[in-house]
Amino acid sequence: MENNKKNIPEGESPKPAAPKPKPVEKVKKEKPKPQIFLLSSSPHMATVDNVPKIMWTVIAALLPAVTFGVYNFGFSVLLTITASVLAALATEAVVNKMRNKEITVSDGSAVLTGLLLAMTLPPGFPKAYAALGSIFAIGIGKQIFGGLGYNIFNPALLGRAFLQASFSVKMTTWVAPNTIDAITTATPLGSYKFENIMTPYFDLFMGNIGGCIGETSALFILIGGIFLLIKKYADWRIPVSYLGTVIIIGGLFWIIDPSQYPDPVFHLFSGGLLLGAFFMATDMVTSPVTPKGAWIFGFGAGVALVVIRLFGGLPEGVMYSILFMNGFVPLINRYTRPKYFGEIKK
Amino acid sequence: MAKKITLSREFLKGLWDENPVLRMLLGLCPALAVTNSAINGLSMGLAVIFTLVMSSAIISLARNIIPKEVRIPTFIIVIATFVTIADKMLAAYFPDISKALGPFVPLIVVNCIILGRQEAFASKNSVSRAVIDAFGMSIGFTITLTILGSVRELLGVGTIFAVQIMPDSFEPWMVMVLQPGAFLTLGLMIGISNWLNAKRAK
Repeated sequence: MENNKKNIPEGESPKPAAPKPKPVEKVKKEKPKPQIFLLSSSPHMATVDNVPKIMWTVIAALLPAVTFGVYNFGFSVLLTITASVLAALATEAVVNKMRNKEITVSDGSAVLTGLLLAMTLPPGFPKAYAALGSIFAIGIGKQIFGGLGYNIFNPALLGRAFLQASFSVKMTTWVAPNTIDAITTATPLGSYKFENIMTPYFDLFMGNIGGCIGETSALFILIGGIFLLIKKYADWRIPVSYLGTVIIIGGLFWIIDPSQYPDPVFHLFSGGLLLGAFFMATDMVTSPVTPKGAWIFGFGAGVALVVIRLFGGLPEGVMYSILFMNGFVPLINRYTRPKYFGEIKK
Repeated sequence: MAKKITLSREFLKGLWDENPVLRMLLGLCPALAVTNSAINGLSMGLAVIFTLVMSSAIISLARNIIPKEVRIPTFIIVIATFVTIADKMLAAYFPDISKALGPFVPLIVVNCIILGRQEAFASKNSVSRAVIDAFGMSIGFTITLTILGSVRELLGVGTIFAVQIMPDSFEPWMVMVLQPGAFLTLGLMIGISNWLNAKRAK
């Protein structure tokens, strides 16, 4: 590279033509910027966004909720998160090496997967199993499909589904926040479903409740989520349609029988709904590319969530609702393809 | 056949090059459904060895007197006879295994490996070749199912053939003995065999 730069002026200088030096200078100035012209179909707009920037921004947006999780459940969850992230990075590097691909650990996608997975684990979850989930998420969830951009399902959620199916008891043992010795407790959704006890809204909103490491505080997830929406790294249609569907359908059931079904506010702030809606359903790889598709995706996930929460055997269904809709994404993209200008309906 | 391959090749092709499960992707239904433990995989394989070898021999013997138009029904009747024998034997002598395998032993009747071998091989070749081919194919199937069952049992329960392998501190990955474990393990096994083949081809 550097040799080329030096060679150009040397090669040009003997030429006597007067107007030539100017373009040469221009070329020199532009050199550090991308110099490969790709001939491709639209869009032709150059953008400053790239994978590492988006990934690290999403990680930054998660930090408030992570920090609160550590404050809430104690220092040991930091170790869980570290184990999960390190395992994700190691798996990414090993698989890259095995496939003779560029090592992509620094683009942040593996860190994000590991972090998201750790945030959806219960606070007392063994660190070794958190690492195992991460290995599964990156190895089977992402790399087997061909790496970032080719995976069908959200890798972090797939890792969680694997852990849920493998260690179902450990995955549903919750500890109370702000306790030195781990005291087991139930999540608000669990205590509502199995004991019909309501949790006060203020605790739900602030996050002073039992639950997964990073899902408890609605406030801190909203801060990060809205930051992402403002940065346009997450499609606003997905959280709006997902949460909207849950509020409307959950609300309908509440109106029908308030004694049996929880109200929409409880639906909204309990469990992992906000974390899922802002950070997992909006994963660029596994969500539809068309605006219409995003509405359908959010609506479908919302319906699935309410059905699982109200009628399923599990108290929480965010993970399965998003994974379920992930499977439909190729179909949604196909049927919501925008018409090009002047296209005639067949 | 234009060029005769040796009898040993005829046998060995079923183990690797034309392994029914890993290379031809036949008989996946029992391969996925019954392999939650090594012993189940092995007994399924043994039932298939018996059925395939016996029916291949009979079909090959009768290959010149079976009318072409009704060959498939003929195959099925012969196969069903031996499947019934295998099923009743299992139920009489190994009731536990028979229970664990459930409907998958009777379903060997429509197992595509067996029907496929009759159509593609036994009905066109001499008895000795047909029997050797049947042995190769069914042993390949048995080995694959036993490995599949062992991996799933090892990770899902911590044992192989009910012998404790993993240390006591090992917590079983329940998912491996459930349905997703079958798909994961089989997929990875096919991937590994493809990878080995690609390496060998180089």
